[in-house]
Parts: sequence; C-alpha cells; structure tokens
Amino acid sequence: MTVQDFWVLSPEIAMALLALLVISVDLVTRSMAKVAAVAFIGLVAPVILTLNLWFGWFGDPATGAALFGTFEADKFSLFFKFLLLTVVAGTILASAKYIASDRMKDYGGEFVSLILLSVTGMMILVSATELITIYVALELTALPVVALAAIHRSKQGVEAGTKFFVLSAISSVILLYGFAYIYGYTGSTHLDVIMMRLAVIPTESGVPFGSYAVLLSVIFIVAGFGFKMAIVPWHMWVPDVYQGAPTPVAAFLSVASKSAAFAVVMRIMYVAFGNDALMQDWSGLFAILAAVTMTVGNTLALSQSNIKRLLGYSTIAQAGYILVGLASVPANQVGATFAGAGPHGVLYYLAGYAFTNLAVFFAVIAITSRTNDDSIEGLNGLLKRSPLLAGLLVFGLLSLLGMPPTVGFMAKVVIFGSAINANLTWLAVIGVVNTVIAAYYYLQVIRAIVFEDAVDESKFSADKPILAAAGVAAIGAGVFGLAPFLLLEFAEQALSIIPGL
Amino acid sequence: MFDGILTVTVFLPAAVAILVALFARGKNADQQIRWIAIGATIATFVLTVMVFVGYDQDAAGVQMIDYFERWIPVDALKSSYLLGVDGLSAPLVLLTGILGMAAALGSWRIKKRVREYFLWLLLLETAVLGVFVSLDLLLFFIFFEFELIPMFMLIAIWGSGRPRYSAMKFVLFTLAGGALMLIAILALYVTPDVNTLTMVSLTVDGKYIPGIPELIAGKDLIIPASLIFGFFFIAFAVKLPLWPVHSWLPDAHTDAPTAVSVMLAGVLLKMAGYGLLRINLGFFQETNGFTIHDVAGYMAALAAFSVIYGGIITVRQTDMKRLIAYSSVSHMGFVLLGVAAVGSSAAHTSAAGLNGAALQMFTHGTITGLAFLMVGLSYDRTHTRHIPHLGGLWKKMPLIAIFFLIAGFGSLGLPALSGFVAEIMVFLGTFSVWPWATSVAAFGVVLAAGYTLWMVQRVFFGARPATPGISDEVYDNLIDANWVDMIPVVALAAPIFIVGIWPSVVTDMFDIGIQAVLR
Repeated sequence: MTVQDFWVLSPEIAMALLALLVISVDLVTRSMAKVAAVAFIGLVAPVILTLNLWFGWFGDPATGAALFGTFEADKFSLFFKFLLLTVVAGTILASAKYIASDRMKDYGGEFVSLILLSVTGMMILVSATELITIYVALELTALPVVALAAIHRSKQGVEAGTKFFVLSAISSVILLYGFAYIYGYTGSTHLDVIMMRLAVIPTESGVPFGSYAVLLSVIFIVAGFGFKMAIVPWHMWVPDVYQGAPTPVAAFLSVASKSAAFAVVMRIMYVAFGNDALMQDWSGLFAILAAVTMTVGNTLALSQSNIKRLLGYSTIAQAGYILVGLASVPANQVGATFAGAGPHGVLYYLAGYAFTNLAVFFAVIAITSRTNDDSIEGLNGLLKRSPLLAGLLVFGLLSLLGMPPTVGFMAKVVIFGSAINANLTWLAVIGVVNTVIAAYYYLQVIRAIVFEDAVDESKFSADKPILAAAGVAAIGAGVFGLAPFLLLEFAEQALSIIPGL
Repeated sequence: MFDGILTVTVFLPAAVAILVALFARGKNADQQIRWIAIGATIATFVLTVMVFVGYDQDAAGVQMIDYFERWIPVDALKSSYLLGVDGLSAPLVLLTGILGMAAALGSWRIKKRVREYFLWLLLLETAVLGVFVSLDLLLFFIFFEFELIPMFMLIAIWGSGRPRYSAMKFVLFTLAGGALMLIAILALYVTPDVNTLTMVSLTVDGKYIPGIPELIAGKDLIIPASLIFGFFFIAFAVKLPLWPVHSWLPDAHTDAPTAVSVMLAGVLLKMAGYGLLRINLGFFQETNGFTIHDVAGYMAALAAFSVIYGGIITVRQTDMKRLIAYSSVSHMGFVLLGVAAVGSSAAHTSAAGLNGAALQMFTHGTITGLAFLMVGLSYDRTHTRHIPHLGGLWKKMPLIAIFFLIAGFGSLGLPALSGFVAEIMVFLGTFSVWPWATSVAAFGVVLAAGYTLWMVQRVFFGARPATPGISDEVYDNLIDANWVDMIPVVALAAPIFIVGIWPSVVTDMFDIGIQAVLR
C-alpha cells in the first residue's frame, strides 16, 4: 500500500480502529454510557477524514483510485459516507439507553462495535469499483448484522438472526453467480473495464442487454442486491427481522443498509452497464420492480397491527419509490433540453428518507421502551402522554406519507417528475396512486396517536440522547423539505463523477 | 432578486409558533404563549400593511419579488422559490393579516392545550399567506395543501359537536380536490415547451421569465385544456364552496372553534376565489380549443343557482353558526358570478364584474369573520346557538348586538358598508354580460336581508321565548363584551366601514391585478 492508499482509505481505517477501541473500552469499564460516549465522540475522526477527502484540506488525495483501482473515494462515495456517518451517529445516540438496559449491559460494547464494523463494510461498499471488493465489503456489512439481530438470544431474536443469515447467504451466492457471468463474458472484474469491453463485444439483436450472459448477470446482480435494498420479491425477511431484532438495529438496517445497497447498485449500473442501450434495458427492469415493490409494500402494510412490522412494510414501499428514480435514466429522456434527474432524485430521496425514517424509528424506540407495547393500539392517546415524542412521530409519518412541505413530499415530486421526464409517466401514476394507498395506514397510526384515548394515561418523556437524535433527524426532514437545494446541490456534485451524467 | 419582505411575512408566524412550542416553559407558559402568539400576529399584520401600502400602484406588475431560482436544482423540475405580490394578491395578503390578528386575539379565552392551539393557528396563517404570494405552481400547491394539517387539528381537537367527523370530512373533500389539482399541474408541466411552473410572466433582475399563461397560449396541451380547467375548477369549487360540493362547510364551521371559523370563512375560502381568478381565469383565455369564455355562461348559471340554493337553505337554519356558514355558500356564489363576467368572448369581458368578485372576497372575509366572532362571543355567554331558544339579548349585551347588526347589515348589502359596494359591482359588471343569471342571483340579496334580519330580530330584539334555552338566572347574569373581546371586533369592523365609504382603497388595487390577469 502506498501513502496515497492510506489517505484514500483513511475514513474506513479510522472506523475499524474505532470499533476496536470501543470493544477495548468495554473491557475496562462497566459503564455503557462511557462506551456510547467514546463511540460517539470517536466518530469525529472518520467525519474529519471524510471531510478532508471532499474538500482536500491536507493536499488532494481524492484524485485517483487506491488499491490497484479497486477502491475510489470519489464524491459519489463520499456523499454516502456522510450519510452513513450521520446514520451511525444517530443510531449510537439512540441506543445509549438501550445498551445500558439490564439484558444488554453485558454486550453493550459488542453491540456498538458490531454496528461500527458493519458501517465500515458499507463505507467500503460505496467506494468499491471492482466486483470482488464489492463482494467482500458486502459480507463485512452483513455478518455483524446477523449477530446484532440475534443479540438478545431470545426466540424471536434468534429467529430474526437466522433468517437474516440464511437469506443473506443465499443472496450473496446469487450475486456471485451474476458476477461470475459478467467476468466470464468480459474477462474483468473492474467496473470501468467491463463497460469498455461491453462496448466492443458484438451484440445479438433482439436480446435484452445484447446477450443472454449479460441479461442473466444483471438479473442475478439485481436479485442479490434486492435483498439488501429490501425490494419485492426479495422482501420477505424484512418484517420478521424488524420485529424480532432490537429496534435500534431495525432502524440502522432500514436506513444504512438500504442506502449502501442503492449506492452500489447505482454505481454498478451506471459505471459497468452505463451505455445508452443497456441503460434503457435495465431501466425497464427497475421500472417493473418499482411498480411491484411500491404496490406490494403498501398493500401489505394496510393490514398490520404491529408498528415495527408496519414500518417494515413501509420501508419496502419507500424502496419502491427510490427504484422509480433508478428507473428514470437519462437515456430515456424526452427532448434534449433536460439533463437527467433520476439519479439526483435517488440521492435526494435516500438522504431525505434517512432523516425521516430515523426520526420515526427513534421516536418508536423511545416510546416502546417505556410502554413495552409495540402494537399500534399501544400508541393510543400518545399525544397526551408524551406530546414531544408524539409530535416527532407524527411529523415523521407525515413525511413518509409525503405531505407538503416535508422532505418526503419534495423527494416524491423530484422522483415522479424525473419519471415523467424519462417517459415513464405510467410509473409516476402508479407512484401517485400508491401514495394515496399509503396515506391510509400512516393516517391510521396518526389517528391512534392524536385522537384515541389511552388506557394508561400516565405521562412520560424520553432520555436526552435519543430525543436529541430524533429531534435532529426531524429537523433535517423539515429543513431539507423546505430547502431542497441544500441536498440537491450536494447530490449534483456527487453525481458529476458518474460517466454520462 | 430577493426583496425579503414577503418571505419574512409568510414565515414569521410559523417561526414564532415553532419557537414558542419548543421553548415556552414554566408555570405561566400558557399566558406567555398567548402574548407571544398575539404579538406575532400583530407583527405579521404590520408587515402585511407594509406590503399593501408599499405596493407601487403606478408601476403595477409583480412587486417585492423573492426569487431563488435553484430552489430545486434539478433540470427535470423547473420550479423555483418565487414569491411576489400584484394588485390581486396584495389586498388578500392584507386581509389575511387582519384576520390572523383577529383570530389570535379572539382566542384569548382558549384554555385547552394552549401551546398546540397557537402553534396550529400560526402555522395556518403562514400557509394562507403562502398561497396568496406564491407565484410558482408547486409552491402554491404546497401551501394550499399544507393548510389542511393545522385546520384538521384545530377542528378535531378544539371543536365541539362532532369535531372529528367534521374535520375528516373537510380533509377528504379538500384532499380530493387537491389530488385533481396536482394532476392538472403535472399535465400543464409536461406539455412540450411549457416545462415551467411560473404562474405569471415577470421580469426579475432584468431577465424576462415567461409564465404559464403566455406559454400555453395557442397551444395544444397534453390532455384537453377543458379537462385541466375542470380539475382546477373542481379543486377550487370544493374550497369556495359551490353547490354541490359545499356540504363539508356547514359541518366544519359549526364544529370549529370561533377563531378557526373566522379564519375558515375569512381567508381560507378566499384561496379558492384567488385560484379561480389567478389560474382558471389567468391561464385559460387563449388556450387552443378551449377557453374560459366557452364555459362562462355555465359558470354564471351555477353561480346563480349556488346563490339562491345557499340562500334558501340558510333561511331554514336554526343554529346561528350553521346559518352564517350557509350564508357563505350564498355569498361566495357572488364571487363566481363576478368571475363569469369574463363573458363569452374577450370583447364581452366586464372588468367591473371581475373587480367585484375580488372585492366580494375581501368584504366577505371581514364581514363573515366579524359575524362568527360575534356568534362566538354570544355563545361563550349563553352556551347555546339555537335561535328559537334565544331572545331579548339586546338588553343584556348591547355591544355584541350592535356589532352583530353591523355584520348583518354588511352581509345584506346596506349602503355605506363594504358588502354593498362589492355586490353592486358584481351586479353592474355581470348584468351586461349575463342579464338572466344576474337577475336571478340578485334575489340572493333579498334572501340575505330575510335570513339576517330575521335571525338578529329573534336573537337580540324579540321578547324572550316561551321556552327559553337559558334559565332566568343565567339570563339575568349575562354580561356584555369587555374591552379585551372588543379589540378583534373593532379590528374587523373598521375595514367594513372604510371600504364601504372609500372603496377605491382596495378596488384600485384589484383593478391593477385584474387588468394584469386579463392581459
């Protein structure tokens, strides 16, 4: 490794070291508050190193790749690293009370350390530009989560962990199969080389993607990542794992894992399969998946009575909306006057969704840790019992629903607008119809919170750390809705590195 | 260009609301919140006066522009943060300032969940102000829809009777209209070579920005223009409200707390009238294959029917609030009648009728706002709104009776009060264009005189009924309004006299706006 490599990898290295530091601190102290504090303050290091790569404070190490062109700290990856760091900071704040609880205090250090390791994997994943690196990073992302899901060693927890492990193993195999096909066809695992080879290999006419090998490869890759993105038909694990795993883990999974998976899929699709003809082919694939995912996710959410399961299905539906942005490729545009907004929409939606969903999940964590009841009826009369938490939860739900002027509304407008621009008006219409379906179940929860009478009228409040995390997330969801340019300008810079944009 | 005053005006109430909700603490928090909220609405009122007075009538056009082009910096969505006022919106901004202040002052006695109440009330004011000053369709839509949340909460939590039912009905009606409006907006946007959401043509920083009316003139739209017109029309008809989509209004009004009724009747309904003038009239004069002139006759007929239907239903009401609510259906029909003065062709257009429609919005806002305020004051004391149960209140509450009478006279169009000016303008302007519809609608005034005077007579002046709804003891202890109650009352009564005696203070302004809309 050269010095350059160390610079480019510095945020990931700092993150891995932080994970080790946390587990060492856990050995010398019994206080979980200290462990959480070390982890939270320690995050400053990777944040500064990531900022350095973005702005080039200490020289300009971001130019060029590291590790023989398998890893690139470009602005696209840095956008997602900032997002992941924000998410993990929030998750640690939100778990501070949880890891100090009786049943967790023996594994608190491991809990935080595993989350940090998983994030390290995700940070490598969003930077990886080569298939083997992508695979290894993906495994590093997934394995800690298996342990996290089962950390309670309760029946439900073990079931969640096992389910996640088996399905993630299967998805990895499918993914590898897809990688093998494209490697066999093009002779390279580097995304940019694959793009160049695909451009010169003669194509068969009438076959999608120009060849059955590429077709199978794309389908397998999408299927493999479909598990991580939690899209239909690879969504079955989501509600079970969300319900069985500790809620902070569900929050983390619903946001971080999804963002990283979307980032890597975007990179593979735009960098390896990014020429216009291929783009139109996979756009069609994602359009169908988007329509199915939105509709199935929202329909199944309608009949849920457990808030965590409902949120599980809601995140599936949200992934469907993001897929609409993925399907809205520049190659499909009507007229030459527009530049594509699909990729912008994906980044904006993912970031906005991250803030919104964290606000919702953190509020739910704070509430259920007091009420010990994660049914929707358990939220009855919450507004009277804990006005602040109720307000945060209602605001988050309104943003998930897409109510103006929250970020949820703006992101949907950008995504559906780009779909119309990309000649996918039918998909935009399905999206709008789905928004109306979703309104029903989100409003049911809001109705319970605001109007129903509570059985237990006792008031309660939340701990400061989780309240701060949920508050910051909700403020983000509000500010980025009123001022979309803050995120979109950022996304614009991030996307400038993708060829063809 | 970023003038700033409109942004500050629009977001001041919301900013104060959120800060107060988060930080007001301690024993006297409720009292502090009241004072701060009222202070915020007064400050907003001062700002709206500055907007109104600061509008340069000689220069005309769109002024005080706040323009931030890269609000949504993706090329696929040409939406910008664009606020501005012209002659049409400036008086309505002022109206919102007056009513927002009156509503906050009139909420002095709210005891239940004070913090949340003022949060929603102030957010509501921000939403309404935003609707009037937005010149970007997406922004317009955001404010138009955002108003639902505070309104829903205000009716559902602080309402009486069947508040949740009424709140839900209100939301469902408006959401359905909103969905149609969103489709119409998207359809306009994706029409080739339109691809903008700017509602009027204007010049910013020396750069000319063509608006939708100019861009769609003479073009075939992606779906028939009549359909897009219809979607907008239905969305605004729900809100106005017009027969047959008016049925949410009496429920919402009856069950809403007083100050919310004031806001609902005073400014929320005006968002629809404004939309009719700005969008239905402004956009569809030169579109290919269909223009507003094609349906102006039907609009006049619908307006006349709505006026008469609303009037007849009103006469039958026995609940004071419901009575005033139904009278709104009748009075807002005049707004549509005035809009119909656009006539069957550009040559037939009567600007006086359109001016009358705009003025009717302004005057109805103050008059009905005052009426609801007075019902609220009376109800606070007697605890009933059932007309046959009341009577002889004049002796006990002369101040309330006098101002109720002023609202009533304004409503039935007594000369020297603002209602007279508005109605006469609508009638004179529209008569030359649609004589039959106007003649029919004129009977609405007779009905108005009937139901208003009959109610005032029964409630305040008649003898106490044989079976009174209030016991003698309560009746004997009735007290008149005190000075705290009178502040919002005077604030609303003043414009009724001012506009009645000196109408040109707002009609000159509206005239500039209407001329710009007619181009």
